[in-house]
Amino acid sequence: MKHLLSVEDLGADGIEEVMRLTDSFVEVSGRAIPKVPTLRGRTVVSLFYEESTRTRLSFETAAKRLSADTMNFSIATSSVKKGESLRDTVQTIDAMGVDAIIVRHASAGVPWQVASWVDASVINAGDGWHEHPTQALLDCYTIRERVSSLAGLRIAIVGDVKHSRVARSDVLAFTALGADVTLVAPPTLLPPSLAGWPVEVSHDVDDVLPKADVVYLLRMQRERQTEALLPSLREYTARFGLTRERARLLADDALVMHPGPMNRGVEIAAEVADLPRSVITRQVANGVAVRMAVLFLLLGAGRR
Amino acid sequence: MAERERSATPPYGGVFVARSQVMDADDLRRAVTRIAHEIVERNHGLDHVVLVGLQTGGGPLARRLGEALHRVEGTEVPVALLDVALYRDDIGLRPVMPEAVTNIPFDLTAKVVVLCDDVLFTGRTIRAAMDALNAYGRPRAVQLAVMVDRGHRELPIRPDYVGKNLPTRRDETVNVTDDGVELGEMVKKGTLR
Repeated sequence: MKHLLSVEDLGADGIEEVMRLTDSFVEVSGRAIPKVPTLRGRTVVSLFYEESTRTRLSFETAAKRLSADTMNFSIATSSVKKGESLRDTVQTIDAMGVDAIIVRHASAGVPWQVASWVDASVINAGDGWHEHPTQALLDCYTIRERVSSLAGLRIAIVGDVKHSRVARSDVLAFTALGADVTLVAPPTLLPPSLAGWPVEVSHDVDDVLPKADVVYLLRMQRERQTEALLPSLREYTARFGLTRERARLLADDALVMHPGPMNRGVEIAAEVADLPRSVITRQVANGVAVRMAVLFLLLGAGRR
Repeated sequence: MAERERSATPPYGGVFVARSQVMDADDLRRAVTRIAHEIVERNHGLDHVVLVGLQTGGGPLARRLGEALHRVEGTEVPVALLDVALYRDDIGLRPVMPEAVTNIPFDLTAKVVVLCDDVLFTGRTIRAAMDALNAYGRPRAVQLAVMVDRGHRELPIRPDYVGKNLPTRRDETVNVTDDGVELGEMVKKGTLR
């Protein structure tokens, strides 16, 4: 495999392989000196046209733990400010002889476009509302850490599905592994068409929560909402937020997940995020190991 | 690393076809017992000795040596498992995949580490293993136990304990299981009649 652009590039077998590899990198991450020489001499560039804390740092940490060299690109201090096009920017970076480019961009499809211009491996770290495959992989791994298999698991994805690339990648990955996914959101926060999505849809979170094995809360993406989709955030919280009262509806062993960054008090109550059933910090910790597995698979495992 | 598995798992393909049996289960048992005695003799007992099996072919040898050492000296010797894939020198040159997860739940500093593997061939796996051990401490000494030394070394590495020296051609494959040792070759799938 050369690029990781979509969860669909992997399929169920590919996801399972990443999970198996991740076990090895969780072991590496748990050592006193969490570093292996595997990708010595390789260069990994982060090309982030959108802000990010955890994904950028997570990829950078993953690359460093594999002994790859990392370069960071931030638009604010680059020639993009002088008007350099995406294509020229990417080809300039590629000409320096890098091995992997990690791309985040506000427009869907940019990683595919970049992959067609360069020799390096391209990893999609989020393109618009479209996909975020490594998030889906770390979500699968985090669930598997607690429950051995996703097959038959009932997963509720609650919140701003419309603007969420995490939701799209998660639906692909969860259903590929055999989980039953229900999307829960007000109609204005669902995509205009769900044709072909192997999911159920509900507008009543109180009805879904007692039956769910996993509740996946999405961030309210206020920066992407250009129109008035909600009467108010308070009303959203009252009807869809995982408040302390709602959390009591959950089964005893149900997991609470969130891709971050959290709007505490909006989609998730502050104290619910810190409950033992919440695996949100495990998601972040596993994110590094999963991204090590992805970098290894693309740069180290060899072509097949 | 199990030579047969390395050649048979998905990136490599092919099936192992045995040409001759070199050791049977009794030969293996006797070799393990002899090596156990040699380890005790060489180290004047078992103080600080730990066994580290290389994933995945060295795991069974490490486990069996642990049992034999217990019979010989009455001492429980810690057994750990090490995967060397992330330390190999041919990453990017040929398909390389971790075989199984490393499990070394103790510090190796000041220990006498006996690396265990089923087959010693080019020595590159052992080089990678010595590199990997650094991540778990600074052993006082590292020794090497293998069930079969098949020659063709590419690095200045020699075993301290050998079950059997077995002259081979480079293109042959040695298959070690609990039932014995077979010499044969990997045949591409579809070419078998």
